[in-house]
Parts: sequence; C-alpha cells; structure tokens
Amino acid sequence: MTALRYGLSDTLVLARRSLLRIPRQPDLLVGFTVQPILFVLLFVYVFGGAIQTPGFDYVDFLMPGIIVQSICFGGFVTALGLSDDLKKGLMDRFRSLPMTRSALLTGRTLGDVVTNSFQLVVMFAVGLLVGFNFSGSVGEVIAGIALVLLIGYAFSWVFAFIGLMASSPEAANAYGFTILFPLTFVSSAFVPVASMPSWLQPIAEHNPFTYMVNAARALFLGIPAGNDVWLALAWTMAIILIFAPLSAWRYRRVVAR
Amino acid sequence: MPADPAVETSGLHKSYGDVQALRGVDLRVETGSVFGLLGPNGAGKTTAVRILTTLLAPDAGSARVAGFDVVREARKVRQHIGLAGQYAAVDENLTGFENLEMVGRLYHLGGGQSRDRARELLASFDLSDAGDRLVRTYSGGMRRRLDLAAALVARPPVLFLDEPTTGLDIRSRIGLWDAIEALVSEGTTVLLTTQYLDEADRLADRIAVIDQGLVIAEGTSDELKAQVGGERLEIHLCDSERGEEAVVALASIANDQPFLEDGTVRVPVAERRGTIAAAVRRLDEAGIAIDDISVSTPTLDDVFLTLTGRAVEQESEEVEVQAR
Repeated sequence: MTALRYGLSDTLVLARRSLLRIPRQPDLLVGFTVQPILFVLLFVYVFGGAIQTPGFDYVDFLMPGIIVQSICFGGFVTALGLSDDLKKGLMDRFRSLPMTRSALLTGRTLGDVVTNSFQLVVMFAVGLLVGFNFSGSVGEVIAGIALVLLIGYAFSWVFAFIGLMASSPEAANAYGFTILFPLTFVSSAFVPVASMPSWLQPIAEHNPFTYMVNAARALFLGIPAGNDVWLALAWTMAIILIFAPLSAWRYRRVVAR
Repeated sequence: MPADPAVETSGLHKSYGDVQALRGVDLRVETGSVFGLLGPNGAGKTTAVRILTTLLAPDAGSARVAGFDVVREARKVRQHIGLAGQYAAVDENLTGFENLEMVGRLYHLGGGQSRDRARELLASFDLSDAGDRLVRTYSGGMRRRLDLAAALVARPPVLFLDEPTTGLDIRSRIGLWDAIEALVSEGTTVLLTTQYLDEADRLADRIAVIDQGLVIAEGTSDELKAQVGGERLEIHLCDSERGEEAVVALASIANDQPFLEDGTVRVPVAERRGTIAAAVRRLDEAGIAIDDISVSTPTLDDVFLTLTGRAVEQESEEVEVQAR
C-alpha cells in the first residue's frame, strides 16, 4: 500500500514539475496554442475551399481531425523533457533518489494530460469561432473529450519512448514529427479517404489514426460511429500497452550507459 | 571491533563493450571520513560512483554502501546517499526553492518538512536571495551549490561528489570546498572524485589513485607524498646564470643530487629543520645572491608522475584529443 501511495505522490510531484516548465518556456506555449490555431485557419480558409467533404461542412469535418492531431502532438513535451533530463544529467539525480522509479515517466505523461486539456479548450474556442457545430449530445461530446484525452495520453508514451531513444532534444523533435506527420496526414483527418489515390486508400483506411479521428468526429457531431469508437479505443489501449513497458525498459537501460 | 565502513567494494568490474572501465576495484571508506578518488579523465572514477549510487550494475564484484548491497538492496542504499557533481543536476526551469522542495518530496519528507528543509539549505548555501529565481539565471558556482544542497536534502550519511568543482573558477571552487568541509565536520562520510590534486589534498583524509580502471596507490596524502621522496628546497637566484654554481655549493646539504629546473634550484632534503639556514650560509659563502627561498612539499602531481610515469594534465589532454 505504501508503495502505491509513494508511487502516486512521486508521480504528482513530477507531473507538477513538468507543468511548471510550460509558462516559463514561451516557445512551448506557442507549440500548444498558436500552432494548432494556425493549422485551423490554414485548413479552413486556404485549403478548405478546394477540399470536398460530401455530407459535411468542411469546418465540421476538419475540427475533430485537427483536434485529435494536436492532442497527439501534445506529447512532444514529454519527449523534449525526457531527452533534456538525460542531457543535463537530471536523470541520474532522480535515479539516485529513493523514489518510485517509473514516476518520472508517469509524471511526465500525466502532465501532458493537463496540457492537452488546456489545448482542447483552446481548440474548442477556435472551432466555435470558425463555425464548428457540436451536434452531438452532451453525453457524446463528453465521451468524445474523454476519448481524445486518452488518445493523447497514449501518444505521450510514444513520445516518452522517442525522448529516451533520441540523442538530443532536437533529435527527439525531429523523430517525433517524421513519424507522426505521415501518420496523421495519411488518414481521414483532413480529407475524405475516398478522395485519395486508390493504392493509398487501404493504408489510410486501416491507419489507426483514421479510426481515432472517425470516432471523435462521430461523437462530436452525433453521427453513427459504427465500430470506430471501439476500434479507436482498442488501438489506443494497444499503444499504451506497447509503449509504456517499452519506455520503462528503455528508461532502465538508457541511463545505464 | 571497528565500525562498519560507509563504503566497501570488492573486485568491482565494469566494461562498456570492449572498454574496461573498472578492472577489479577494492575500496574501503571509513564512516565519517573523506575519501578522495583521484585520477585522470577516463580512469574509471565516474563509473565507480555510478555503481555505488545504484545507477549502474557492476559486471562482477560487489559493493556495500551504508551497510547495504548496491545491487540487492538498491532502494535502501538510495535512502542513505546523496549525489552531486558533474552528473547530478538541477532543473533550470524551476526556482532554487522549487528544486530543493521537489527533491525533499521525492525523498518522501512530506510537504511542510520539504519546504522547511529547502529554506534551511538555501540559507546555508548563501542562496536565500536567489531562492525564488529560476535556476537558468544562476551562475555556474550557484548551480553547483544548489546541486550540493539538493544532495543534502535528506541529510544522507554518505555523500558522493563526482568532480564537484570541475569547470568552476577558483573563487567558486574555494567556496564549495568550504561548504564540503563544513559538512564533513558534521560527520557526513564523503566520497569525492577529482582530477584536481590540490582538491584531494585539501579535502580528503585518504586518497586512492585510480588509473585505467585500477587502484594503483592508496593512503593518506602524506603517505602518498612520502612515496615520491621528501621535501625540497626551492631557491630563486638573483642572477639565474649562476645556477650551476649553486648546485655545486648545495650538494653537501642535499640527500640527493640538487638540480636546476625552470631557472629554480631544487634541493632534495631529508630534514626540514635548519636546512634553509644552511643553504643560505653556503650560497653566501659562494657569493651567490638569493632572491627567494622556500621549502616545497611534493604535490600529488609528483605522486601521479611517479606512479604512472605520466603527468595528470598530459593524460587528460590526450583524452580530449582522442575525444575530438
């Protein structure tokens, strides 16, 4: 019981540390707010007119996709933070303390949930300003928010692994974007899969990110979701179950150079 | 029966791929003492500290710290140690106070006690005024002091300092030395690694000289110095042209051949007492004027040179060249 209590308290202490950093590093804040806002404006007003989304207003089609994408990228704070801790030697300090070992990872990923929530508020506000309509019921919208935050949490573990593998914070950033950009763009986030070349369609259709975006879109807009919500949940849990142990394994090894 | 040693290792081995960082290291650090691990870059000092602080598991051999095995009882070890120096660090995006408070909480001291201890440590390390500033605004010396403070949050009985003053200017070094000496007077056992011979000389009760993963000598500073011979007179002449004459004139008071080095006459002597007067008399008789005369005790530089045939500074430069 004590171990569990310490584990929780250590996680909270380190999540707080991760969060204190945000307002003190204005460039991180830009990543959370300005960047996604620019994306919304760019897609709605620049590309929007050229993209056909049968059955949807483009804003309604786009917002869930862009929200899920932004939240997935929210985990980059964990990647940057962990690789910074490695570089500066803080990792050694933490590992020499009698704290719960994995708390550095659980603390960082928990911190991301808070920053992701903040980001979600910003995105909702922008969405409403450009004319997004939540047509789902209150229950559906809440379920959508919970799903999106869970997806963000899962990607924080992917980023934790990237941060522990990369040789520097800059490299972590580069890896993160190289892996996640194709994943998010070859999906139903910005354009309907049916508009893609036929060889690309099966890839986009089975991209886990497509299930996640479809699920969020269905919940926010109150349209039939089919199996998308369950598939999105299954993928999200799978990512956590794969990347959390992988990160923990790497965390144990990486310092033991 | 003597008290259990604070640190005891036996046959520590550690390799990174083909590189053997430790090749069988035996150390014993008595409780309440300061132990210096002295050696050039790449000698294995940091690897030894990493094993003793549970960051790294040894390939072979065993180590006990504060009575606990570093592998089997790692968590217990962590409750009894503090680590500071080259590889420990502080969070730049937190204030000094927040750093210490966080460490206190991670030692599970509780909120109130963590805050009290943070304030107390900031005061004793002369950081009270800077306590609410972000660490990234701190100078190098201030960061090291905060780092040392962070290692002391839980009043650990055994403290590891890995090259605590590397990269600091001389004023900050002396400040940090004072802080370390104050700790030792309170009974903390300290194991420090350094490549600075004057640092080991000043702080450590016992010194182990480590080179290429092996302890090549161990003893008090005086014992090590005794291995290289006794004291020397160093005489600067007004007229440096007359050095050879002085060497001849002083041969009879020396216990080994006097010699010239960088324009200074160096005279190995067995007995300190009376030698200065004798040397002055001899040179006066020979009509050679003295600018300055002093007795020099051998430095640990000399010890290292004698033990390894290489100078410490040379060695570290070579390592740097290889690293490039």
